Amino acid sequence: MTKIDAKIPNGNLAEKWTKFKSSVPLVNPSNKRNLEIIVIGSGLAGASAAASLAELGYKVKVFCFQDSPRRAHSIAAQGGINAAKNYQNDGDSVYRLFYDTIKGGDYRSREANVHRLAEVSGSIIDQCVAQGVPFAREYGGLLSNRSFGGTQVQRTFYAAGQTGQQLLLGAYSALQRQVGMGNVKLYTRHEMQDVVTIDGKARGIIARDSVSGALERHFGHAVLLCTGGYGNVFYLSTNAMGSNVTAAWKAHKKGAFFANPCYTQIHPTCIPVSGDHQSKLTLMSESLRNDGRIWVPKKENDTRKANEIPEDERDYYLERRYPAFGNLVPRDIASRAAKERCDAGFGVGSSKMAVYLDYAAAIIRYGKGEANVHNMHNPTDEEIQSMGKAVVKEKYGNLFDMYKQITGEDPYAVPMRIYPAVHYTMGGLWVDYNLMTTVPGLYALGEANFSDHGANRLGASALMQGLADGYFVIPYTIGAYLAAEIRTPSMSTDSEDFVKAEKAVRDRLDTLMNIKGSKPVDYFHKRLGKIMWDECGMARSEKGLKASIKEIQALQKEFWSDVKIPGEIDNLNPELEKAGRVADFLELGELMCIDALDRNESCGGHFRLEYQTEDGEALRDDEKYAYVAAWEYERQSSFKLHKEELKYENIKIAQRSYK
Amino acid sequence: MEGNLNLTLKIWRQKNAQTAGKFETYQVSGISTDMSFLEMIDVLNNRLIEEGDDPVAFDHDCREGICGMCSMYINGRPHGPNRGVTTCQLHMRSFKDGQTITVEPWRASAFPIIKDLVVNRSAFDRIIGAGGFISVNTGNAQDANNLPINKDNADDAFAAAACIGCGACVAACKNASAMLFTSAKISQLALLPQGQIEAATRAQAMVAQMDEEGFGACSNTGACEAECPKGISIENIARMNREYFSATFSSK
Repeated sequence: MTKIDAKIPNGNLAEKWTKFKSSVPLVNPSNKRNLEIIVIGSGLAGASAAASLAELGYKVKVFCFQDSPRRAHSIAAQGGINAAKNYQNDGDSVYRLFYDTIKGGDYRSREANVHRLAEVSGSIIDQCVAQGVPFAREYGGLLSNRSFGGTQVQRTFYAAGQTGQQLLLGAYSALQRQVGMGNVKLYTRHEMQDVVTIDGKARGIIARDSVSGALERHFGHAVLLCTGGYGNVFYLSTNAMGSNVTAAWKAHKKGAFFANPCYTQIHPTCIPVSGDHQSKLTLMSESLRNDGRIWVPKKENDTRKANEIPEDERDYYLERRYPAFGNLVPRDIASRAAKERCDAGFGVGSSKMAVYLDYAAAIIRYGKGEANVHNMHNPTDEEIQSMGKAVVKEKYGNLFDMYKQITGEDPYAVPMRIYPAVHYTMGGLWVDYNLMTTVPGLYALGEANFSDHGANRLGASALMQGLADGYFVIPYTIGAYLAAEIRTPSMSTDSEDFVKAEKAVRDRLDTLMNIKGSKPVDYFHKRLGKIMWDECGMARSEKGLKASIKEIQALQKEFWSDVKIPGEIDNLNPELEKAGRVADFLELGELMCIDALDRNESCGGHFRLEYQTEDGEALRDDEKYAYVAAWEYERQSSFKLHKEELKYENIKIAQRSYK
Repeated sequence: MEGNLNLTLKIWRQKNAQTAGKFETYQVSGISTDMSFLEMIDVLNNRLIEEGDDPVAFDHDCREGICGMCSMYINGRPHGPNRGVTTCQLHMRSFKDGQTITVEPWRASAFPIIKDLVVNRSAFDRIIGAGGFISVNTGNAQDANNLPINKDNADDAFAAAACIGCGACVAACKNASAMLFTSAKISQLALLPQGQIEAATRAQAMVAQMDEEGFGACSNTGACEAECPKGISIENIARMNREYFSATFSSK
């Protein structure tokens, strides 16, 4: 059995990172010039890592499947980024951000990593502002903050509802600066097909040029996977159409353990499904829960329009069940509460699988506030409405516009209809404190790793983690490995290992093209998605998971005998790209069910029907399950479990309550 | 069948950059008004696959109007008939039963066609790489609140920074000019104190790169602003020109 060692530095929690930084081996500048680093993915983690490493002097290659690094799906993050700046003087601190994150993750994340994340969070904001990221500001010219779920302080920095876009464009600018200077070589429309390992170490990749179809071999002293999450295993999710698990899954099959695959985040506020044609789901930022109130009718099966239902016939169920946090409970709790109301027959809209997110009260509150600011003593209702709507527009305008585009309804006039949807995956490649996987020289950053969010991620923490890993963690931790690699010269890609890896990729692509079956890739992807959503989504059970594993195995066989891929192998072929990704999702889906079945408890995003409290809250089992489940790939459908025990030395583990 | 729109599609098909392209006509039926334009193309493509034909290649990714990847020229307008939306946010309720819809790729010599509706927009990346940044290495920054910024300037910088780099401005312009795209980045950074140090070199380098890529001159017709899905203002072009000329006059 491979022993997993998280390599957490000794010493007090608050001193670990400082001590680590002061003692980690360094690589001198002349050696950095000879060390090559491959970065896969150009989102927040990938772009920030590539830019920072190139600034340090390493030779960097960046690969992305999109036509430009600026397209990576970090661009779509809406609400904000957390940082323990305490600019609002409301009692925030590094410790409190650390504590909120551990608690929010339902006590299933690693203390040392989370503390480091909280420590570097402030520097991220500094760096982004210096790059020209236009965060929201107050009239005095200083930065503005808002609240997010699972916290009682205002520590979220934002740029309207486009925070991810602005942060990514900042990192992208830094990256393009290095590309322009010749320090980074950029490969767009390239998809990683496999990791190449030599003598047990990651030494490069095989990539496919999507335009020509050519396979390419690339050497690197280290390979960084910054490839995001795997939410598209559910077919419908808020991820981009191209978001995939392929790079991480190939790494897994080359020896990288996959940790906590069943921890998926179902986001409570998304636009509901409108029909079978649906290709993706759209998130309405959690920041909307700052001001919006969530409700359903008190009466079952109420068919009246929202505006016709009087105040006392509305059930603000989050405020009712969780008075301390109200509409700002963490995502897992808000999602389950919505599902509970809809399953019980109180849902709204034509599908009855939706709840209301209502801005009427916020518009009046803001309108009155503006009247005060402008010294209007007797504003009319109309003036209040109009000024209130203007404030809401400034804060959330793009989200409201998007809602209107998609649904054809005006959210300034009628409450939005929302329902939970797959949004983020806390699980990912297992990494140690240095962000290295179980394959030496192979790293995973950002959503692609499992490290910081435990069983549930708090809002506005994904952007924080992606940028922390890329800007402030990997530039230090990679030295621990590369300092010992300075004598390794750049290797030829004509070696047997590279040739063999390329041949395996070629064979697999040929096999896919030659199946010539009868069904398009989407057909299989939709079926997988339905199995995953029904049995490995918001509620899971032993019976359902066992049946799903069998169904998925059967679906894998069907896929490999009946998928139909048109077009050519040596031309731009989006269906071939999709087929490769879905083939990997089919294997990952099986492992997710296996992991969910192994975890006989409920925690965070993982809710097993058999394990709940009397009032329907998640029931953890800390005695038996306070571990990271790190799965080793043995062969098709066979995975071996390794456990990394989670030790809580600084936080007292407790039942998570937001009541 | 979940919907009731029957449509005729005339779509530009082109195997690759080397071969000539032409319009092909397709009929689609049973289209729901709740579908997005891209979901309508998905329906067509899955049918083409089942019939043994090559599906239409098109760029798309986030499908929520922010990644800037989708790029269809629909009935003579970039991103179709509605203002302020990308193709992925254009829904079929904007079309009528029986309508004929023509779909083309972006047309610009600086955006060569790769296949069907897919074009190469890497010229934009190179323009940013020439100067669309502030030279601040990771770790160099001071505390964020040490630099108060007038809210109006910050808001204007944000409005310029909202550009998604889709290229609709270039596709809309009869000269295929990239002035709106380039000026949005120059403006964002020119409006912020952090951007002042490199303002002159930035404007010169980005404009030079823009010209080198083969984009045309500004036509002054404002089509770019009218078609921009993010409402990027043409005032940015005026600001860029000021930045550029003051940089040129004061250059050593």
